[in-house]
Amino acid sequence: MTDPNARQQLETKTKLKRTRSDLPFFLVMSGISSCFVLLIVLLLAADLMFTSLEDFRAAVMKPEIQSAFRLTILSCTIAALLSIWVATPLGYLLSRYRFPGRLLIDTIVDIPIVLPPLVLGLSLLILFHLPVGNWELEAWLRDDVRFPVTYRWPAVILAQFSVSCAFAVRTMRVTFDQINPRAEDVARTLGCTRGQAFLQIALPQSWRGMIAATTIAWARALGEFGPILVFAGATRMRTEVLSTTVFLELSIGQLNAAVAVSLLMVVMAVIVLVVLRFLGTGLTS
Amino acid sequence: MIEFQNVCIRAGDFRLQDISFEISSGQYAVLMGRTGRGKTTILESLCGLRSIQSGKIIIRGMDVTSWPPADREIGYVPQDLALFPTFSVCEHLEFALRLRGFHRNQIDRRVNELAEMLGITHLLKRQIEGLSGGESQRVALGRALSFRPSVLLLDEPLSALDSETREEIQNLLRTLTDNTGVTTLHITHNADEASALADRRFHITDGQVVEETGKTAEDS
Repeated sequence: MTDPNARQQLETKTKLKRTRSDLPFFLVMSGISSCFVLLIVLLLAADLMFTSLEDFRAAVMKPEIQSAFRLTILSCTIAALLSIWVATPLGYLLSRYRFPGRLLIDTIVDIPIVLPPLVLGLSLLILFHLPVGNWELEAWLRDDVRFPVTYRWPAVILAQFSVSCAFAVRTMRVTFDQINPRAEDVARTLGCTRGQAFLQIALPQSWRGMIAATTIAWARALGEFGPILVFAGATRMRTEVLSTTVFLELSIGQLNAAVAVSLLMVVMAVIVLVVLRFLGTGLTS
Repeated sequence: MIEFQNVCIRAGDFRLQDISFEISSGQYAVLMGRTGRGKTTILESLCGLRSIQSGKIIIRGMDVTSWPPADREIGYVPQDLALFPTFSVCEHLEFALRLRGFHRNQIDRRVNELAEMLGITHLLKRQIEGLSGGESQRVALGRALSFRPSVLLLDEPLSALDSETREEIQNLLRTLTDNTGVTTLHITHNADEASALADRRFHITDGQVVEETGKTAEDS
């Protein structure tokens, strides 16, 4: 028979040992992790301390900032919707099929993510103004279609879409990777074409991923600055979005207004991230 | 009814060479073999989900080798069942019928008939989440049989079930196939399961399908 005292001593010893061995682990892990969290909190706190409620109110009452806010909401929403419209079929194809050139397409889709934003804007500008013989895309859009793009609001949306779509494609691909393809196979044996299997089986399962992809695309579009500056310019009341407002306010020495707009963008980003977390898709948590 | 004529299938490094066998109408055939020998690959080729390199697949006397899965009229129950997560039990049973443009009354009649036959009438309104293994198996069977296919393919349908449910589903399978006259090809590792169900037993060895003789259900 085991002596109860000896057993209790052993249990206590084991407990102590485990506490001693786990504590340094948690200290090191949380210490390293908190560095980054602290940095973000300090950045936000500094912004909040720098500006006052009066400054914030004065800034957001400016007609040019209100115009930038409206264009931001509109352009981000259109860019996000366009992104999900493209990302859903592209993500599905990349997830489900092995075809020649798949790796190349997969790499091309990622280029906007790794490319410096200014380069992307410059590339868009060159694309629209590159003469092909006597023909030029921007001239054709302006003169024949009567829909000029460069340095106008459509350029803002196109610049935002170019980057945000890449993030939406990644999200949709992961979404479809997580959906069992065998259900679509079974649907095909039951009488579905591939198209019907996609629309009736895969798509209804991907709604959380679609909302997540749209939200990520919207958030990316909100933060876009470089390509917009180069391709759409930063003309007040015309092509100005909140990210360019920060730049314009800084360039005329209005630091308070710049910080106020920054905080407004932080609030918008937080709302988007809360929505994303609330959806709990497992893609971002 | 089902005939494989010198079929070659390649799946990555894996290769099945010159496979020939036939199963007559209404027979219950069991295909056995060790894991990774290509049993599922044969089922997938038969229902058109995997293309073959050469040979012919004949079903109901027609060469269906190049037909898409939708046209082969085969009921398929994969190993993981692959139920549709956004569908209710009832929607599973009526899916193939809706695709074929049946009238609402006909669909309702067939769904009720199937549900009664499978003992899942009380589950019709339920979503598939939360169904037990046996209940899920019955739903998958109902979905596969809903459009009255002439061929039923079962990929290890009893492997994930406890012994009591396994026996229940095993009896159900025998009753269903006897009543409907569907030609069945059933994959299993389990020799007892094969003995209890099979009219004919095939074995896959070294990339070849060979019929086992003298061990039919009647004999055992």
